[in-house]
Amino acid sequence: MTSDQNKDAQNLDDIREVVENIGSARADLIPVLQAITNKFGYISQPAIKELSGLMNLPTKEILSVATFYRMLSTQPRGKHVIQFCESAPCHVVGGREVFLALQEALNLEPGQTSPDNKWTLLTTSCLGVCGVGPVILIDTDMYGNVTPEQVKIILSRYD
Amino acid sequence: MAFYRSTVLVSVDPVCVEKGAYELITSLQDELIKQGLIDEVQILETTRIGDPQLLGPDLMIYPEGTHYTNLTYYDIPRLVEEHFIKGRILKQYEAVMIDSIDEELSAPKTKEIRVVLRNIGVIDPRNIEDYFAYDGYMALGKVLSEMSPDDVIQEILDAKLRGRGGAGFPTGLKWRFAKQAEGDIKYIVCNADEGDPGAFMNRRVLEGDPHSVIEGMIIAAYAVGARQGYIYCRAEYPIAVSTVNLAIKQARSFGLLGKNIMGTDFSFDLEVRVGAGAFVCGEETALLASIEGKRGEPRARPPFPAVKGLWGKPTNINNVETYANVPQIILKGAEWFSSMGTEKSKGTKTFALAGDVKNTGLIEVPFGISLRDIIFDVGGGIKGDKKFKAIQTGGPMGGCLPESLIDLPVDYETLGQAGSIMGSGGMIVMDEDTCMVDIARFFMEFTQDESCGKCVPCRVGTHRLLEILEGICEGRGTEEDLVELQELSEQIRQNSLCGLGQGAPNPVVSTLTHFMDEYKAHIYEKRCPAKVCRSLITFEILDGPCTGCTVCARNCPVTAISGERKETHVIDQDICIKCGICYQVCQFDAIRIT
Repeated sequence: MTSDQNKDAQNLDDIREVVENIGSARADLIPVLQAITNKFGYISQPAIKELSGLMNLPTKEILSVATFYRMLSTQPRGKHVIQFCESAPCHVVGGREVFLALQEALNLEPGQTSPDNKWTLLTTSCLGVCGVGPVILIDTDMYGNVTPEQVKIILSRYD
Repeated sequence: MAFYRSTVLVSVDPVCVEKGAYELITSLQDELIKQGLIDEVQILETTRIGDPQLLGPDLMIYPEGTHYTNLTYYDIPRLVEEHFIKGRILKQYEAVMIDSIDEELSAPKTKEIRVVLRNIGVIDPRNIEDYFAYDGYMALGKVLSEMSPDDVIQEILDAKLRGRGGAGFPTGLKWRFAKQAEGDIKYIVCNADEGDPGAFMNRRVLEGDPHSVIEGMIIAAYAVGARQGYIYCRAEYPIAVSTVNLAIKQARSFGLLGKNIMGTDFSFDLEVRVGAGAFVCGEETALLASIEGKRGEPRARPPFPAVKGLWGKPTNINNVETYANVPQIILKGAEWFSSMGTEKSKGTKTFALAGDVKNTGLIEVPFGISLRDIIFDVGGGIKGDKKFKAIQTGGPMGGCLPESLIDLPVDYETLGQAGSIMGSGGMIVMDEDTCMVDIARFFMEFTQDESCGKCVPCRVGTHRLLEILEGICEGRGTEEDLVELQELSEQIRQNSLCGLGQGAPNPVVSTLTHFMDEYKAHIYEKRCPAKVCRSLITFEILDGPCTGCTVCARNCPVTAISGERKETHVIDQDICIKCGICYQVCQFDAIRIT
């Protein structure tokens, strides 16, 4: 816990920098939270506290926004984030089989992070590349026309 | 802008890339440099060209409109010599000669008309000068020099343009309300939060022709008297966000955005706001809350955004496709626009065709076309020549229509009457292997997950609908469930706050109406006719085809399969979890699902 707190404490300078770059108006809150998630993988409690002071907003207000949007996370995420498109066009072309293969290969339920912090498995709404479903997104790499057999091969590309 | 005598569009869709599209581009560049033609011939990457059944890689050469296919990189020197130096078409690789006529550039299917998509794949979206060359910002020039704000609104009213985001409200009226609303500060917002699963029309427009949307927004700002605008784009579309940001920058540098646009006293500027992954933000009041930095929760209307929108000021909010139609209407006139479509729905509509259809992708067709033409003509029919079962239109709030209804003309009213909606334009085609109860369950999973939770009918109602549907799929369905599904759907539809809740029961009601026999099979016979619902099917190994190769036994995650090598294997039904892996890995079609 102590080391985590130190890590977060070190981040506070970065949090201040993010706010300086984007702005501290109310309308800047979502871009700020987005930038923090992109940079650190999630929005920590100390970060929310710091933001509260910088943006002059109650912490509960920041938390309510941070937990509303799917792309913002208040929980730490793994090194690689896998997003599986759970939308209908992917579903009707065999998405479920791919998702089962993915869950089996990782031994994770949606929303979970592996104990070694390597993977986080998430489901996502439509990524807009429905012509090549089923689709999975690993970090920023998009894979289309995925079959259950390919899942292990794709995962093996990441370390 | 640099002028080229010729432009080569190279398809870099997954199929063509696999077949060496990038090798082709490199080789083409090398050869053009070698022949000293690199300043005369432009190479652009584009998405799929023409018929995907062709061999690929595909390339299209303009202005001739010659379509070559099945080339490899070592054919390039000959192509350059014949086509670009000698001016002869290489017949051997020519696919189909397509004449480039206005609005039907390269459209392979006669039933498509391209208005909104006219520039997609034709111009370089990251270069504003390309857009200029295709009449870009001419409409804005006409508006600022010849038309009053009221003239503009009248033209849009006469064209009978309706909102392309799904509700179909007359755009001209919306603009008039915003113009008449009191206040000095007004806003223009573009809804680019295209969250409907299976809909990606707006993504392509923003990525392929961003200036058409920007121009439409500037014209709208002039008409209603706004000085600031926002494009709210979902974060799932990073390329669209960067393309639009670049386009705004370029427009600003040409004096088309910012102070004193085109030297007049009209000023307007634009900013992109990126979403953070919440489906409900496509609802206009939720979207406005999200721009303000709040939770994206809808609020009751009225007051409508035209009266009280962003930061309480009058706000005009339209969809990407609606704005993209505007410059064309101004340039070609309301009469031209209203000559396309049906009596109440004018112009064209883009749709994203997905699912079990041969040609998936983006299409643009005039209103009034039948679903049959969309599926079998434009879409090329069902994949694997299976039987058509249903088409789901309008995204997760839409309904599933059976074969008996696919001769209906597509417009806002007929789709509504048939129990579905136009929505933003997603279309998912389903073949005979789709279980309609599972589909209803699937959509309900989506809506209950995306319900923002503010109002009870939607939050609790969708959850309860999902529970019942899950029960039916798992073989626990009863006769009362059918009644409760109907009643609950009606309650949710009438009492929900926004379009998400009001539309949420559509997938359930439409499947109950058109596919009741499938619900009955699940409930009374505990059978899934399409063999999809895992609890209601069993996997068996057939004696004849099984060669005893042991692949299934080795892949079974719960070791439910036993048997000696070269002898027929057996599945222990008590252990089997019905994951279907044996079915997938069997090379001999020896696994039967019943």
